[in-house]
Amino acid sequence: MSTATQFAPNPVATAQPARADYEDFLYHEAALLDEWRLDEWFALFAEGAIYEVPTAGAKDDVDSAEALFYVADDYGRLRHRVERLKKSGAHSEFPRSDSARLVSNVRILERGEAGDLVGCTFVTYRSKNDLTDVFFGHMLYRFTVIEGALRITDKRVMLDMNNLRPQGRISIIL
Amino acid sequence: MATAFTPLRRTGRWVQEDRPAGLFKVSREAFTSDDVLALERERIFDKSWLFLGHGSELKQPNDYLTRRVGGRELIFNRDRKGEFHAFLNTCPHRGAIVAREKCGNALGFKCFYHGWSFNNNGKYATRTPPGVYPEGFGNDGSVDLARVPRIESYRDFFFVNYDPNAIGLHEYLAGAREVLDLVADHSPNGMEIIGGTQEYSIRANWKLLVENSFDGYHAMETHGTYFEYLMSVIGTSVNDDIAGMEDVSRGIDLGNGHAMIEGRAPWGRPIGRAIPAWGEDGKAEIDAIVTELTDRVGETRAHRIANRDRNMGIFPSLVINDIMAITVRTFYPEAPDLMNVSSWALAPVGESREARKRRLDNFLEFLGPGGFATPDDVEALESAQRGYAAAKFAPWNDISRGLLKEQPGGNDEAQMRAFWRAWAARMEDGK
Repeated sequence: MSTATQFAPNPVATAQPARADYEDFLYHEAALLDEWRLDEWFALFAEGAIYEVPTAGAKDDVDSAEALFYVADDYGRLRHRVERLKKSGAHSEFPRSDSARLVSNVRILERGEAGDLVGCTFVTYRSKNDLTDVFFGHMLYRFTVIEGALRITDKRVMLDMNNLRPQGRISIIL
Repeated sequence: MATAFTPLRRTGRWVQEDRPAGLFKVSREAFTSDDVLALERERIFDKSWLFLGHGSELKQPNDYLTRRVGGRELIFNRDRKGEFHAFLNTCPHRGAIVAREKCGNALGFKCFYHGWSFNNNGKYATRTPPGVYPEGFGNDGSVDLARVPRIESYRDFFFVNYDPNAIGLHEYLAGAREVLDLVADHSPNGMEIIGGTQEYSIRANWKLLVENSFDGYHAMETHGTYFEYLMSVIGTSVNDDIAGMEDVSRGIDLGNGHAMIEGRAPWGRPIGRAIPAWGEDGKAEIDAIVTELTDRVGETRAHRIANRDRNMGIFPSLVINDIMAITVRTFYPEAPDLMNVSSWALAPVGESREARKRRLDNFLEFLGPGGFATPDDVEALESAQRGYAAAKFAPWNDISRGLLKEQPGGNDEAQMRAFWRAWAARMEDGK
């Protein structure tokens, strides 16, 4: 297997990152998750960042204070999600599942003061207990540049599926 | 309650109880057999009151939603006058699904296949040239949308029953009514389902989720990583809290197969137990909620509503857990080893944005497919189901915990036995 390190994104030289910078970043992020390098993955987030997975079929602008999600992590809960997944007591992911993430259709949707809004589509395969589940949809990222490096301030995973049947759970990070 | 009338011994094919010996066993065949599932559909799901929806999901006249209940596609709607109905979502003409959207507001429904139309009170309303059908076609109601035989509600919880001769919902709910009252009394403004449904499936027999939903025994073992998180947020010792919990927690048979555990857990409750993480403002808001509650229902009842956690199962497959948030969860077997689950969050109408956010955060930390606990339950249930492949050589589950106790606790298994006795009465005794 290739290691994530080989794909590590270069520091961003300009104030306005190009699509290729985001593609490098997103492929790197996917590889870190595939390889269960969760601390390094968490380090891709800026302090105060959020990670959300609304219920299947929700609209892109759905609000986690008004609707039930699957995941609505603030920075503290996200840190715990990572810590938890590293323990054998996270039974759903012990022994760990195997997974592969495909990221495509990367687009810069908006350049703004709050940082660039970047969209992409994804397919994630998760295999455990002789069963393979597929998750697919699109993701919306808000980025900032901290000390020359891209950092996520907001990651929202939109599942373009009817529901979580048969997947049943989102115990991996999407 | 029901416990008083149950025999001391049961020697059924699937459920065996020897009360003097303190032993209760359930056959693993009950979780794996196609024949058992067929019998369950006939004797349990087609004769019990099944959760259809909450009144808040249909706020206006002409609102409708579509939902699969007890294995059948249904329309749950309100007509022009605001009356609630439950129709089988199949065209009386040739069977196609008539309402194909999840929800909406409509004066009537039109089948996309041949265009048969119906008013939202179910009446046939298709315009056809004279001579095509006999005069008076459908005057006998035979081409109206078919109604589910029974629909009744209690405190805005709507149920259907496929058995026209079933006892009324009120009587059926028995001791569960009191618990629904406690939930409904959270707010002076009524309760509502929050938008966003968690629909998922579990590759396990449906009765495993019945047991799991009010299983206090597994909490610390299965959900250690959740409690570690909780304690880091609350800043107290989990062991002290759990010790305090056990003193007040009880397993309670509510009659007719309904049961619950009631106790006090360490997490915060949006209705009345603030935790430090919610800050001064959060605490002030919770204090105000408790003051309103106490003025409205009195101190004793307010204390029970605000400070006690309840996991309740309504037979056969409705769960209402009033814990770190309120979840309403129902499920139905698609196969012996596969169930579909639908979960909602229930909350007071008109609570502040901050309170709603605390509630939803609390919900998601524990509950649902992305929570810090439910995925591990799913793993446990699916793991048990795989284990049952060895039933020929390891045939029995043990559900004896606390059977000899005068008052079983929340980490005993009395609530599961209440379910299994009702299950066995229908499946083995044909009651």
